[in-house]
Amino acid sequence: MQDKNGMNSKTKEKKKISDIKGFSSFTSALMAIVVGLLFGFIVMLLANPNNAVAGFRYVLLGGLGRFGDVLYFATPILMTGLSVAFAFKMGLFNIGASGQYTMGMFFTLYVAFMFNLPPSIHWIVAILAGMIGGMLWGFIPGIFKSLLNVNEVITSIMTNYIGMYLVDMLIRSNEAMYIPSMTRTKYIPQQVQIRSLGIAGSNVNFGVIFAILIAILLYVVLQKTTFGYELKATGYNKHAAEYAGMNGKRNIILTMVIAGALSGLGGAFAILAPSEIIGSSMTYEPINVIAANGFNGIAVALLGNSHPIGTIFSALFISYIQRGGTLASLVGYKPEIIDLVIAVIIYFSAFAAIMSSGIRRIFSNRREKESLITEPQIGESSENVDSGGNDEIEKNTNKEAE
Amino acid sequence: MDTFYYLVQNMLPVSIPLLLVALGGMFTERSGVINIGLEGTMLTGAFAGALFAFAVQGSGLSPNMILLLGMIVAAIAGAIFAQLLSFAAVTMKANQVIVGTAMNMMMPALILLVSKMFFNSDGITTNVRYFIRKVPVLGDIPVIGDLFFKNTYLTVMIGFLILIISTIVLYKTKFGLRLRACGEHPHAADSVGINVSKMRYIGVTISGILGGIGGYFYSVGITDGNINGHNGVAGFGFLALAVMIFGQWQPIKIMFAALFFAFLRTLAYSIPLIPFLANLNIPTDYYKMMPYVATIIVLALTSKNSRAPKAEGIPFDKAQR
Repeated sequence: MQDKNGMNSKTKEKKKISDIKGFSSFTSALMAIVVGLLFGFIVMLLANPNNAVAGFRYVLLGGLGRFGDVLYFATPILMTGLSVAFAFKMGLFNIGASGQYTMGMFFTLYVAFMFNLPPSIHWIVAILAGMIGGMLWGFIPGIFKSLLNVNEVITSIMTNYIGMYLVDMLIRSNEAMYIPSMTRTKYIPQQVQIRSLGIAGSNVNFGVIFAILIAILLYVVLQKTTFGYELKATGYNKHAAEYAGMNGKRNIILTMVIAGALSGLGGAFAILAPSEIIGSSMTYEPINVIAANGFNGIAVALLGNSHPIGTIFSALFISYIQRGGTLASLVGYKPEIIDLVIAVIIYFSAFAAIMSSGIRRIFSNRREKESLITEPQIGESSENVDSGGNDEIEKNTNKEAE
Repeated sequence: MDTFYYLVQNMLPVSIPLLLVALGGMFTERSGVINIGLEGTMLTGAFAGALFAFAVQGSGLSPNMILLLGMIVAAIAGAIFAQLLSFAAVTMKANQVIVGTAMNMMMPALILLVSKMFFNSDGITTNVRYFIRKVPVLGDIPVIGDLFFKNTYLTVMIGFLILIISTIVLYKTKFGLRLRACGEHPHAADSVGINVSKMRYIGVTISGILGGIGGYFYSVGITDGNINGHNGVAGFGFLALAVMIFGQWQPIKIMFAALFFAFLRTLAYSIPLIPFLANLNIPTDYYKMMPYVATIIVLALTSKNSRAPKAEGIPFDKAQR
């Protein structure tokens, strides 16, 4: 776009893009969501035309009455979403969030059952253990990528499988935490569980608050620290960043370790959740299935445009339609319909940005014509830029990196 | 010796899906498109093939006839499904890895949805017996007959036939040369009048066909003709990608890589039959992890002198220089 404009209008053009950028990532996410939901509706119509409208209403509005559950189920996918989003910023695709999540869960379970600690710190140690488990599992693709230049996508898919088999095996062989007759782990002791937020009719707990705080922390790290700046610069242009003296290899490992830590925390928050029924808790079933929450994290990250704050909202949205999807089974549909919708949303969000940039081009052309007529508006538009200052910084990094 | 025959007889049906799907991956990558969605493509083929077999299993067709027809159905389904990738990657210039991931997530959900709503189960169960105890005449040859033509499936012979055809197409035809050019240097190909987009569409479609057939052969040779939405194809689509990389994007090397991975997997499932390994008393789960661990090691070893097509994963933009 820059090439089309002369040097004179360059500064003006820069402001204009940043003015529209946040808007355009929002519209492209919205576009992907609408197409995904529409696809879901068509599948519902094909499967059972009579109940399609009622089922679709459940999907759209069903989550409203269950706000606590929406928050509760959003917690793990917010963490895996942050994990994927953080790696995206660096230009890495962390498809291994599932394995890191499962590994974190196992480390947490291990501390919960095998360690004998005072109740006041036991749950904190368990959460930190989950983080370490995830870090370990994120470290593997990181080190292979940085030292041997092995594609992180394939290694992290492999670590998903290895992690799943390993955790299932370790849990099955541990008598302290596994009940063979029920093919699940024992209930976690009360003292290790994260305290409930006390919303009636749901298991929502302090985990969601921790997750949101972590998202905000990540935002600060990305925007305000040298490390965050280096990460983004490397993500935009690896060679330029290296030329500027940034240690690309170290940053790749660090990014994957942090991404792993985030997924691992997701696993810890998921398994340490309290249950409404006294004396029970969440359990893990070692049945050789890869955790779906890791893959849903990819959808969350894409919809949130890899922005930590955007990720909070997209996690809430995905959780919301998942709640709706379970309610749709009341009229004969299966909850898998939502998995399908999520997959379609991911598919379209892969090129929704391109579609919306086409629309944006039409928009900006029109604006250009308008601004020719009413030239003195420039002062006003620069005010808008200040309000969206963060986007501006991001844009500048982009420029410099290029 | 019997153990050896047993291992080979069990290894071949496992290696064929890997071989076919890796060949499919090779065709797309040689044209310049990365296909992470092979796992989903395999599931599509397996599901379509199993649905077909389910529909005709009472009609008196012989199992091998069903297999041949089911193979065509699976190929068509895979080819159609692959258009999701070619449209997004070639026409829309989208991120190919994300599109592939979406394709992988789509199919298990769709299979579970359809099976739960219409079959009241998690997948499709057929009762066609594809197993061949002994191929007439060929099975009587000493050693070779024991290795290749006893206790086997028709898929093995079809698989090797497709390998030969693929090798010829890739190296001995005008089309193969053009396809490889699009993956190495699309702009050079474009400058001599080759339609890069068209070649990439064809490359992705071939991977859809082979991926679909591979998925159906997985269900025939490994899960007795059944397919289930939860277990899917157990990561074979991803393993096939590793096989392709290990095979350095060349058909014959891909065959050896597929045999190697199939051997590891067969070993994992036949530990009790091999006295030496059974005595070690290592839990079988370790062996189940082996193909995946081996993938990482193999990739680490081959990454230094990788011969990946240079333009793979980069959308073709005519205006770019």
